[in-house]
Amino acid sequence: MSELLLESSTISVHDSTDGPRKSIRRYLSPKLVVGATIVIVTVLFGVIVPFFAQDPTAVSNIGLAPPSAEHLFGTTQTGQDVFAQLAYGTRGSLLIGILVGALVLVLSAFFGIVGSFVGGFLDEAFSLISNVMLIIPGLPLMIVIGTYAPQKSVFLVAFVLAFTGWAAGARVLRGQTLSLRNRDYVLAARVSGEKTWRIICVEILPNLLPVMSSGFVFSIIFAILGEAGLSFIGIGSTGSLTWGTMLANAQNGQALLLGGWWWFAPPGLFIAVFGCGLALINFSIDEVIDPRLRAPRVKKLQRKTS
Amino acid sequence: MSDNNAVLTVKNIRVDYVGQETVHAVDDVSLLIRRGEVLGLAGESGCGKSTLAYGINQLLKAPAAIIGGEVVFHDKSGSDIDVLGLAGKQLQRYRWDKVSMVFQGSMNSLNPVITVGAQINDVFRTHRPQMSKAERLTRSAELLELVSVDPNRLHSFAHELSGGMRQRVMIAMALALDPQLMIMDEPTTALDVVVQRDILAEIMRLRSELGFAVIFITHDLPLLLEISDRIAIMRAGKILETASAEDIFFAAKDPYTRKLLNSFPSLTGERGDFIRNGIALEEEAV
Amino acid sequence: MQFLRKIGFYVVALWAAVTLNFVIPRLLPGSPVDTLIGKLSQQGPVAPGMRKALEALFGTNTNEPLWQQYLDYLNGLVHGNFGISVTYFPTPVVDVIGQAIPWTLGLVGLSTIFAAVLGIALGTFAGWKRGTWVDSLIPATTLLQSVPYFWLALILLYFLASMAGWFPLNGGYDVNTVSPGFTPDFIGSVLYYGALPALTIVISSIGGWLLGMRNMMVSTLSDDYVTTAEAKGLSPMRVMITYAARNAVLPSVTGFAISLGFVVAGSIVTEKVFSYPGIGNAMLDAVSNNDYALMQGLFLVITVAVLAANLIVDIFYGFIDPRTRARG
Repeated sequence: MSELLLESSTISVHDSTDGPRKSIRRYLSPKLVVGATIVIVTVLFGVIVPFFAQDPTAVSNIGLAPPSAEHLFGTTQTGQDVFAQLAYGTRGSLLIGILVGALVLVLSAFFGIVGSFVGGFLDEAFSLISNVMLIIPGLPLMIVIGTYAPQKSVFLVAFVLAFTGWAAGARVLRGQTLSLRNRDYVLAARVSGEKTWRIICVEILPNLLPVMSSGFVFSIIFAILGEAGLSFIGIGSTGSLTWGTMLANAQNGQALLLGGWWWFAPPGLFIAVFGCGLALINFSIDEVIDPRLRAPRVKKLQRKTS
Repeated sequence: MSDNNAVLTVKNIRVDYVGQETVHAVDDVSLLIRRGEVLGLAGESGCGKSTLAYGINQLLKAPAAIIGGEVVFHDKSGSDIDVLGLAGKQLQRYRWDKVSMVFQGSMNSLNPVITVGAQINDVFRTHRPQMSKAERLTRSAELLELVSVDPNRLHSFAHELSGGMRQRVMIAMALALDPQLMIMDEPTTALDVVVQRDILAEIMRLRSELGFAVIFITHDLPLLLEISDRIAIMRAGKILETASAEDIFFAAKDPYTRKLLNSFPSLTGERGDFIRNGIALEEEAV
Repeated sequence: MQFLRKIGFYVVALWAAVTLNFVIPRLLPGSPVDTLIGKLSQQGPVAPGMRKALEALFGTNTNEPLWQQYLDYLNGLVHGNFGISVTYFPTPVVDVIGQAIPWTLGLVGLSTIFAAVLGIALGTFAGWKRGTWVDSLIPATTLLQSVPYFWLALILLYFLASMAGWFPLNGGYDVNTVSPGFTPDFIGSVLYYGALPALTIVISSIGGWLLGMRNMMVSTLSDDYVTTAEAKGLSPMRVMITYAARNAVLPSVTGFAISLGFVVAGSIVTEKVFSYPGIGNAMLDAVSNNDYALMQGLFLVITVAVLAANLIVDIFYGFIDPRTRARG
């Protein structure tokens, strides 16, 4: 009998320290920290800086000037300060983002949760509406709506974006609600005669919070990108300053071709980085929902042979 | 502690779940399984029996890890194989050919998107590449007949079969390469009692026909008393006692074993007293 | 039965789109024709035929009740009467659309399929082996996903076409040297001109596929049948593909249908940036020329295309997931 024995030895194991603070730290993954930092910094930029910056609409005859001491990000073709525009533009974009986020949240919650919880015909009807709105392509519809309204306020743009964007969230929430409504504790509440709206608020909504927050964050990204796209095409909000309108103006002012990268690049970068920050936050939320997605924290043990 | 009739020797196995606290799921376990015997592995939920089964076949995933011990397979050709030292293609060749497994609750053990026949076919294509397509088909049909399943079911998908049928298919698949040892992890727990009976009868019949050894893992001790040659009682990662079925039943040495025996209700109501009345444990021969 | 329900849904969706198209101009205050004439007159004198054309389009030249106008509108659609285009006067809208479709289908269709296949393949790999180089792609593609399509397109255009001169600046093919036809020259030119727009689409959309597939793989790998497959001693490649990926890809297929809306949006903008002669560009031309007939026609065509694509994916899904065939 050949000996195929291997010596086995114990291996050092990575043990984390115990303690009550551990549970919060568990959620502070690098993704969340980076994402949250980006978002917070951007929001602060939009809220605070306009108080210190120049008037973004003040024209001057410098023309398209590169960054300098006086104009940190240079000027536009009409001599407007790009840095100031960025600051005010941040406010505009954030406003649209939050407006759309809130609208989508309410709409998707209504069509997704109420219908599927009540069941029956209401469920079929709401589900049909959601699916139809989901399948009709968004941007062409937005173009059609936007073209017929001559003056577009920020609110109208936000409404149009929300109108075309709520359906995806509604579908997800519907699926979740359907699986939740058959759980034991929900059935118990129904049997004991609790009012429907109360059951929805107390039993179902708390469980849907992660999905809803993820949806909210996603709507903000969708809104900012969507508004940028609409402005670029020429049917964005008139008269307000957002990252999207900056990009549109830069394009119309031939910024790239004239070499004015300082006008064109920052708004796009802001959108990209802010969007990325929001996406990172969303990933952390995803990891809370599904712990398997978390990066393995434990070093792989190996059998050593001596 | 080698036995010339042994098919598998497990020595001082230790498996830990590494996390915020380390859990010693399997704590210094040694077992010996002889050729053709049925070894029952009994214990309450969470005692580590499934972990042990997975560990023996190197199927554990992070955060579980084997941190000590050895597993030696004694092939009928006479050579010995260090199972825990296998890797890569060697490990693939060893698996299913020498030792196969039937998993707990076959609800999800079969791939839902390919046919049942394709999954049996997989085994042949991997391990017996010299077989032709026709031969594979014939052999697969034979296997299904062996477990009393209609061979036409080769074209069915998992969701089209009942629970009992799925488990039979799993057993058929486990027999495909004529293994010397089958590890069965709660193979009948998810089934109703009538089907349970049938499946168990099937397993015992096949064993006497084909001569493979079985490690039968379950929490159902009375079941093991009926079908096992020897029984090992496991608790909190340790083996408390290993003895023949008769010895366990009539003369269990460990107090926990006796407690376990007494916790299963009998028709006459004598056992089960422990649960109902919490009487103190004494020496008790049935 | 299930199939009938599916078809029924698509019919309803189509009806909804058609009706929206009809309703929206009429929802806004004032007669749509007056509003539009008002807008147009700001840009200069309005051609005399314009009012008539618009009235014909909107059916406001009759005093018929709304529902009758609706029926007339539907009737017109069925007969392929989308009206006359203002931008390309006097070409009928159907002809304009017919010319633009192949370009968009080719560019957008091929790029999207390529991005999906590549993204799913990379995602499979990333999910299977945690901690490989593919994982490092994820933050990059995430960032790229948040970038506005057109911004990325313009940047690429600036660097690769304008500065480096590797790619042409705009157009679908080289109008000066080749003419349309199934010649190698033409096809080569088409490919050359399509490369940069295609690159834009692929770069910005691949992140979604990658991430979705990776997450699903991670989830699937903890399923029992994967453990069984490993215990059977199957090769890792086979376990990864036939057992894990085959199951993990299912949500991505469903997601493909949903993502088509975004694909359309992105392609419209991309086409504008590259002046690519497809449907998106036509739509934007229509917007800037107040060519309402063309715009409505395009909206309808785009919607029908998306619905058709969704239907195809829906049916395809029925083939790859045997469990759906069982119900109904």
